[in-house]
Amino acid sequence: MSTVAANAPGAAGGGLSDVAASEASLRRFLHGLPGVDAVGLEARAATLGTRSIKTSAKAYAIDLAISMIDLTTLEGADTVGKVRALCAKGRHPDPGDPGTPQVAAICVYPDMVATAKAALAGTPIQVASVATAFPAGRAALPVKLADTADAVAAGADEIDMVIDRGAFLSGRYMDVFAEIVAVKQACLRADGTSAHLKVIFETGELQTYDNVRRASWLAMLAGADFIKTSTGKVAVNATPPVTLLMLEAVRDFRAQTGVQIGVKPAGGIKTTKDAMKYLVMVNETLGDDWLSGHWFRFGASSLLNDLLMQRQKLTTGRYSGPDYVTVD
Amino acid sequence: MAKNKKTETTTVTEPVRTSGLFAYAPAPESPAAAGDIAGSYGHFIGGEFVDSSGSEALKTVNPATEQVLAEFAQGTDEDVDRAVKAARKAFGDWSALPGSERGKYLYRIARIIQERSRELAVLESIDNGKPIRETRDFDLPTVAAHFFYYAGWADKLDYAGFGRNPQPLGVAAQVIPWNFPLMMLAWKIAPALATGNTVVLKPAETTPLTALRFAEICQQAGLPKGVVNIVTGDGRTGAALTSHPEVNKVAFTGSTNVGRSIARQLAGSRKKLSLELGGKAANIVFDDAPIDQAVEGIVNGIFFNQGHVCCAGSRLLVQESVHDEVLDALKRRMATLRVGDPLDKNTDIGAVNSAAQLARITELTDAGEAEGAERWSPSCELPSAGYWFAPTLFTGVTQANLVAREEIFGPVLSVLTFRTPTEAVEKANNTPYGLSAGIWTEKGSRILWMANQLKAGVVWANTFNKFDPTSPFGGYKESGYGREGGRHGLEAYLDV
Repeated sequence: MSTVAANAPGAAGGGLSDVAASEASLRRFLHGLPGVDAVGLEARAATLGTRSIKTSAKAYAIDLAISMIDLTTLEGADTVGKVRALCAKGRHPDPGDPGTPQVAAICVYPDMVATAKAALAGTPIQVASVATAFPAGRAALPVKLADTADAVAAGADEIDMVIDRGAFLSGRYMDVFAEIVAVKQACLRADGTSAHLKVIFETGELQTYDNVRRASWLAMLAGADFIKTSTGKVAVNATPPVTLLMLEAVRDFRAQTGVQIGVKPAGGIKTTKDAMKYLVMVNETLGDDWLSGHWFRFGASSLLNDLLMQRQKLTTGRYSGPDYVTVD
Repeated sequence: MAKNKKTETTTVTEPVRTSGLFAYAPAPESPAAAGDIAGSYGHFIGGEFVDSSGSEALKTVNPATEQVLAEFAQGTDEDVDRAVKAARKAFGDWSALPGSERGKYLYRIARIIQERSRELAVLESIDNGKPIRETRDFDLPTVAAHFFYYAGWADKLDYAGFGRNPQPLGVAAQVIPWNFPLMMLAWKIAPALATGNTVVLKPAETTPLTALRFAEICQQAGLPKGVVNIVTGDGRTGAALTSHPEVNKVAFTGSTNVGRSIARQLAGSRKKLSLELGGKAANIVFDDAPIDQAVEGIVNGIFFNQGHVCCAGSRLLVQESVHDEVLDALKRRMATLRVGDPLDKNTDIGAVNSAAQLARITELTDAGEAEGAERWSPSCELPSAGYWFAPTLFTGVTQANLVAREEIFGPVLSVLTFRTPTEAVEKANNTPYGLSAGIWTEKGSRILWMANQLKAGVVWANTFNKFDPTSPFGGYKESGYGREGGRHGLEAYLDV
């Protein structure tokens, strides 16, 4: 992942460098983005959802999906033992089949980063930490920055921050922008490298597709390396239309600036069938360039076991069952 | 055979490479799901399958493979006469039934269609060439919905706005095209039966199989004999049917030329006539349009059903200020269209329905190119057997170009530009047709203004090719007259 150049705030070319010069220019830009027709967007996502992924395509997609998972535990009840178990699962998702790919990352709260880091030592699996007063983001900026810096210091490879939805919804786009820029700064390590920054919009709270498109561009302009739908902690999390819209946003951003941004739908993606639909959207909207764990992630916990059961079915020709995959 | 193999590979900005890492394995629907296809078919007259009085037989082929699927009878004047007499005989009892009883039969037909929808969808794909994704997700649901909808009207005709106890016309002669064989059948038969008429229907000569299968459904539903009669054959059979003196109503969907000749034939007679003919619809994209969804709408407007759609958005009118942006996005999207085996569940564009239609598309597009319009198709491999035409764009098109005026009835889009809403309206209306139009803008007031100015029977706003049984469909000018669907669709079959 170190080969991937990080997005830098204000680094966007393509004539976008002045966009965030003022509150007014930022607002003008975000409100000048093409509108989103909800019916059309949902229809397109639904049509892509009817693609029939069989045999060799299914085998490829299952392994790809496993390698894209940010295997997540974000519970108040998390313990060192639970996190270690999750890390073991991420390293060997199917102990019975060493050919099974490893997951992309383990996603935890900041205080579990050190534990996860130690448990994953020697593997390419990343440690992602949520930060910035996840999931609500309702804390003062210094608290959010301290939260971030703490996770980075503990060894987090990736930071999943939440935006200030209150500021966004009340039209204070510059506040949201500045906060992302500040968190990005806090991702810097002493050696000059930087943790990768994923920016969570909580699309279920932004509600409208126009808002999601604006939030996507706002975050990309502010230096996000990944844009992410949801925390998994509200009623509506990732949906195919919202994710499709964000895929279109990263596509257009690269076309305009040359900078490639990743996308992470999170929450509510539980089945292989769901995952296939997302991969089809990536495939037909962005193509090969995004078809890897570098550029597309699933924020999920129960998804992995369903993928493993489907994988076993493809290998053995029989459905196994929940007792043939490990609970963590 | 003239096969279009021209696949230019002009570079699209930021192409989506979908053929690489994640290649979809074949996902074919089973042809066996279509059920048994007989070696040869006669007509369906008086509730039974009967042989033709003549010996001439036609063949229907699978346009994706050119394999013969079945032989069917070329209906003679005598066959037509027999069918009309059977319909006449059935008319008395059928029209005397209480509307609620007629409704029961229609509900039953609708339910059987739903139950047998997979079979019908596969059969339709095989006979027509359209992708299974469309027959499964669009044609069959719409067919069933149409029967359900008109079943509901059967006992409520007093409240349809045509006065108390409106009367049926009698025997309806119905001639339908090959582009949506079963759906066109539903649009014709459902309102006719709901209002108490009996029918003789002639399916198109390249796509008779689902109509003949529908005849079996009529038997399964226990529909009284003679209420629905199906006579197969080519234009000669159609002419014999529409000119039959005992027919009270003629409903035709097809080309403007044939529609014109039917209108001439019927002039001075007491037959009621409704025509649904050609189109050259404008799909108008303003600079404030939701671009991604507009591109989907453009693609759906012209490449749906291989462009074999009378209301296809075959002229893209795009505001000059977003021309390049829209065209780039459109080409990028077109590069992801999957052309091929209609029975593969991932196919977006299937086979052209017939060799004759392929020849016509080829001729018109070649003429367009010769006139100087710039032609573009994404690089795509077309199967070696069957009738195929790659999705095609013409840019630099003006109102004077052939490809902007003639109905091509294929996957061919002509791109024109405009500067102001007034110019968009002028160009959109500057056609002898007037079946449909599309408007793409985020500005609601402009949608309403445009819809009032456009001389088109259907105006879609921020969508395209949406159909619903509750909504009337029909044209202005040379696109025909009369409406199908909705309450309005009842009028064509009532003596009002």
